[in-house]
Amino acid sequence: MITAERKPLEELIEYLKPFKRVLLVGCNECVTVCAAGGRKEVGLLASGLHMAMLKSGTNVEIREHTLERQCDPEYVNELVSMIDGVDAVMSMACGCGVQEIARRFKDKPVFPAVNTKFMGASERQGVWSERCQGCGDCLLGQTGGVCPIARCAKQLMNGPCGGSTGGHCEIGDDVDCAWALIWERLKALGQEERFVEITPAKDWRPGGGAGPRKIIREDLAE
Amino acid sequence: MRTESRLEKILAAGHLAVTSECGPPRGALPDKVREKGKHLEGIVDAVNVTDNQTAMVRMSSLAASVLLKQEGLNPLFQMVTRDRNRLAMQADIIGAYSLGIDTMLCLSGDHTKFGDHPMAMNVHDIDSIQLIQMVKGMRDEGKFQGGAELKNPPRMFIGAAANPFADPFELRVLRLAKKIAAGADFIQTQCIFNVDKFEKWMEQVCARGLHKKCYILAGVTPIKSLGAARYMKTKVPGMDVPQEIVDRMASVPKEKQAEEGVTICVETIERLKKVEGVAGFHIMAIDWEEKVKEIVERAGLLPRPQV
Amino acid sequence: MENFEPVIVAFCCHYCAYTAADMAGSQRLAYPANVKIIRVPCSSKVDALHLVKAFEKGADGVYVAGCLEGDCHFKNGNARAARLVENVQKYLDEIGIERERLEMVMMSAGMGYRFAQAATEMTEKIRKLGPSPIHVALVGKENTSQLTGII
Repeated sequence: MITAERKPLEELIEYLKPFKRVLLVGCNECVTVCAAGGRKEVGLLASGLHMAMLKSGTNVEIREHTLERQCDPEYVNELVSMIDGVDAVMSMACGCGVQEIARRFKDKPVFPAVNTKFMGASERQGVWSERCQGCGDCLLGQTGGVCPIARCAKQLMNGPCGGSTGGHCEIGDDVDCAWALIWERLKALGQEERFVEITPAKDWRPGGGAGPRKIIREDLAE
Repeated sequence: MRTESRLEKILAAGHLAVTSECGPPRGALPDKVREKGKHLEGIVDAVNVTDNQTAMVRMSSLAASVLLKQEGLNPLFQMVTRDRNRLAMQADIIGAYSLGIDTMLCLSGDHTKFGDHPMAMNVHDIDSIQLIQMVKGMRDEGKFQGGAELKNPPRMFIGAAANPFADPFELRVLRLAKKIAAGADFIQTQCIFNVDKFEKWMEQVCARGLHKKCYILAGVTPIKSLGAARYMKTKVPGMDVPQEIVDRMASVPKEKQAEEGVTICVETIERLKKVEGVAGFHIMAIDWEEKVKEIVERAGLLPRPQV
Repeated sequence: MENFEPVIVAFCCHYCAYTAADMAGSQRLAYPANVKIIRVPCSSKVDALHLVKAFEKGADGVYVAGCLEGDCHFKNGNARAARLVENVQKYLDEIGIERERLEMVMMSAGMGYRFAQAATEMTEKIRKLGPSPIHVALVGKENTSQLTGII
C-alpha cells in the first residue's frame, strides 16, 4: 500500500488561515490502513484544527467527508454537491488523491494534509516499512523475493557493501541489510548460484527515467 | 599489459606493490594536495585520491589527481557511484584519461548519512560492480555503457575494493569473485587489523584461484592513538579491530602511542607478506601521509622498483 | 475565574475504575462532583477521537482509568490505552492545550479510595491550571463555570 503521515498541525493551519469554510477529505484506501487519512483521522484532524483555530481567534468551519477512493474520478465526483459550499479543500489522501481533486475542481484551492511516504508493508501493528520503489522491471525473482532497490540504502544490485554488519545496514542497526536477507533466502531456497550472476546496470526508463509513467490497457480504455 | 599504468607494470613484474592515499582538501587549496604528495614521492607506486570520502565534499578526485600527476606522482583516481550517474562518470573517466590518469578504483561510496550533506540524494544509478563492467567495456570494447562507440578508449587499470571483515562472511569471497568477473584488475582491501580473519578469507580466495586472476593489495592503517583504535573498533561500519590491538595501544603512554601504531602497522605488513596471494600493500595513513615513508622503509619495501 | 469549577471527563473501565467508583460511593468516600464518568468496556476501547472531542467540547481535564498493570481483563488493553494517552498528549501539544490536562490512571476494582483520590487530585490539578483554552474560547473568560451544561 501507499503509506503516509500527517503533516504538523502548524503547517496545515498556515494553509487554512485565509479561508472560512474548508472541506477535509479522507480516503478509504491505503491511508485508512496506515492510519493516516481515513475517516477517523479526518475526525481527529478536524477537531484538532478547530481547537487550534479557536485558540487563535480564527473560526474556520471544517466539514468532513471521506471518499471510497480519492485517486479515482468516479468517487471524487461525489464531492460536487459539497464543493460550492467551501472555499478550499484539504485532502488527507496520498499525493494521487490530492492531485485528482485539483484536477477535478479547477477553481478550488486544495492542500495536502499528509506527507506521502512510500510503498510498503505492515511489519507489525503500527509499523510500516518500505518494500517497493516501483522500478517498473521487477527483479524479485532473482533476489529471493527481497528487493535490493527499495531495501538497500545504496541500491546495490550485486551484493552487500562493506558496511553490512550482523545483518544490519551501515546506516543504522534498525535497518536490515537487504543483501543479508537476500542471501538467507537464496540459501533457504537452495539458489545460492543466483548470487554469482552479475546483474547488469539497470535500465531506469521503466522506473521513471523516461519521464512520467502511464499504463494504457487497450482492452479497458475508453 | 592492458594499460600503461605504472601500478600494473610493478605488479606484472612480480614486485610487491605499495600504494597509499591522499584525501583532497575541503577547499580550493591545491598546495595542500601538493604538500601531501611530497610525503609520498618515491615512496609508493600509486596514490589513491579519494572521491568525497566519508560523504564529505572535498576537492574533486579528478582535480586532485591531476595536481598529483603534475608533481610527478601516479594518481589512482577513485570514483564512487553515490554522487553521479553513468553519464557523469563516463565523462569523468574519459576526462581523467585525457589528462594522463590511467589507474582507477571503483567504489559505491559511504552513505550520505555519514557526511556533511545528509540531505543530498544518493544517486546509485549503477553499483560498484556495474561501474567496473562499464570501465572495462569502455576500455576493451571501446563502447560507452549505452552501447555507442567511444573514440580513443580510456585504457584504465581497473581497481575495486573488498572488505573481508563485513558480513555475511560467506558472501565476501563470492562478491570478490563477482568484481573480478566484472573486470577488476586489482583489489585493495579494507584495513586489516584482524590478520587471522584475513588469512581465512585469503585461503578461500586462493582456493578459488582468484589471486591468479587479479592482484590483491592488502590494506593497512597505522593507528594514531588509543582513541583512534577505539573509534575504529566501535564506530566504523565494516571495520574489525581486535581487542588485543586496543589493549596494546593502551599499554603504552600517550606520547608513545603513535609510534606503537606505526610498529603494529609494520608488523602487520611483515605478517601479510607471508600470506599467499598478497600482491602488495595499500597504506591508508589518514591525514598522516608523513608517516608512510617510515612504514614503507621499516617494512623493507624501499627503494621502490623502477619499471 | 475565581469560582472556576473545572469540567473533568473520566473514561472508566468497567472491570476496575467503574466498579471502584461504585465502591467509593458505597464506602461514602467523597470525591469532587466535577468528574463526569463515562463507562467503557475496557480502557483500550477509548479512542483518540473520544479524548480529543471531549476537549473540543470544552472539558478542562480528561483521564482514562484502567486496570492495574498486568491485570487487564482483556490481557493488555490498559497498556494500549496508556500508549494512546501518550500519543494524544503529543497531539494536544500541537494544538496548544497543556498535556497535563490528559492523564492515564490505573486502579483495581476494590480500590474505592484510589478512585476518590484520583478524582480529587485531577480536579485540584486542573483547578490550578485554570480553564482549558478551548473552554475559554467557547464561552468567554467570565463564563467558564457555566460550561457544565454544554457537555
